[in-house]
Amino acid sequence: MAEAFQFELVSPERLLVSEQVESVVIPGAEGEMTVMAHHAPVMTTIKPGVVTVKTAAGKEERYVVFGGFADIVPAGCTLLAESAVAVGDIDRADLTRRIQEAREDVADAKDDQTRSKAEQFLSQLTTLEGAILPA
Amino acid sequence: MPSLKDLRNRIASVKATQKITKAMQMVAAAKLRRAQEAAEAARPYSERMGAVLANITQAIGGGGEAPALMTGTGKDDVHLLVVCTAERGLCGGFNSQIARLARDHIRKLLADGKQVKIICVGKKGFDILRRDYAALILERVDLREVKTLGFINADAIAKKVIQLFNEGGFDICTLFYSQFKSVISQVPTTQQIIPAGVGSAPAEVAGGGNAVYEYEPEPGEILSDLIPRNISVQVFRALLENAAGEMGAKMSAMDNATRNAGDMINKLSITYNRQRQAQITKELIEIISGAEAL
Repeated sequence: MAEAFQFELVSPERLLVSEQVESVVIPGAEGEMTVMAHHAPVMTTIKPGVVTVKTAAGKEERYVVFGGFADIVPAGCTLLAESAVAVGDIDRADLTRRIQEAREDVADAKDDQTRSKAEQFLSQLTTLEGAILPA
Repeated sequence: MPSLKDLRNRIASVKATQKITKAMQMVAAAKLRRAQEAAEAARPYSERMGAVLANITQAIGGGGEAPALMTGTGKDDVHLLVVCTAERGLCGGFNSQIARLARDHIRKLLADGKQVKIICVGKKGFDILRRDYAALILERVDLREVKTLGFINADAIAKKVIQLFNEGGFDICTLFYSQFKSVISQVPTTQQIIPAGVGSAPAEVAGGGNAVYEYEPEPGEILSDLIPRNISVQVFRALLENAAGEMGAKMSAMDNATRNAGDMINKLSITYNRQRQAQITKELIEIISGAEAL
């Protein structure tokens, strides 16, 4: 059994998770990464996606996050999510609304740079939708 | 001298008022608890955010990479004040205290020849500031329809501020809100959010490895993403503190009102009873003297 470390998932509204976990899968901006104990210090932005937490007790929990930051040090990992919900509680209407907003952003984008950024965000959202909601 | 009937009516009306203030006090107490919980729940995020920010600023080392939101424009000619107050009154001096602080600040800035712009969050502050500085108010954010303050509300305000900054609308942004000390004490506070004064946050020591961080993507890029978010967080915190403070102020104001109404009822009842007694005595005297005359 792998060594446990402290993991915290915080959204602006509240502290969602603060416990000892075995591993965490984070949707990093430059690719998914699995964090385990004694990970080298990394700071990364995260994209909308699913965070999979494997607790020290052996349970597996999944949370949907919409962007944010991860601060990883050997002793623990803190995930500052812009908004986070457990996969079981995801609100389909909310997700649809976010996608709609992202579409509008793409349409409104004035220059290429913002447009490509908005498009990227939109595609991340739609992938996310496909991943967590059965058609 | 009011008649017995007048007194009875007045007692009844004060009693009705007392019932209302009592109910308002209880509602405020319940809301206060919820607002306090919300404020407490939001604390870890802003704390961690502060730690991360301090960390990353250190990594950059104040180099030219830092985004303008952090370093400012280098001028301080145009000031933007974001004044957060409550949407409703009947909460003692809560709103007027914040407004007074803002007004003093505005007066000072104007005396120094600076340009001032105001964004009002909440109706009450807008009503007060409109009297003197209607021309300076850019916008009024209405949160009356909002049942529970969410991060989205704060984010929307922060986005507006940042957009204005990017358009070169102002140089320095200050947030006015009331800090929630306790149920009976709320302290009006100012906080400068742009340029962000990050340096004050002590560097995080946990893990001990803040020197060898790896950044994904580059620190500068993370920072330019993080700073706007930090501003949203600051606004969010201010709104939550305000909400808790408003409820605290309302609770004590309503408690006072209830007690005052109680005192008034007591006084009125004494006058009423005395008068009733006097009338009874008078009637008795009339009857007795009438009987004696026979």
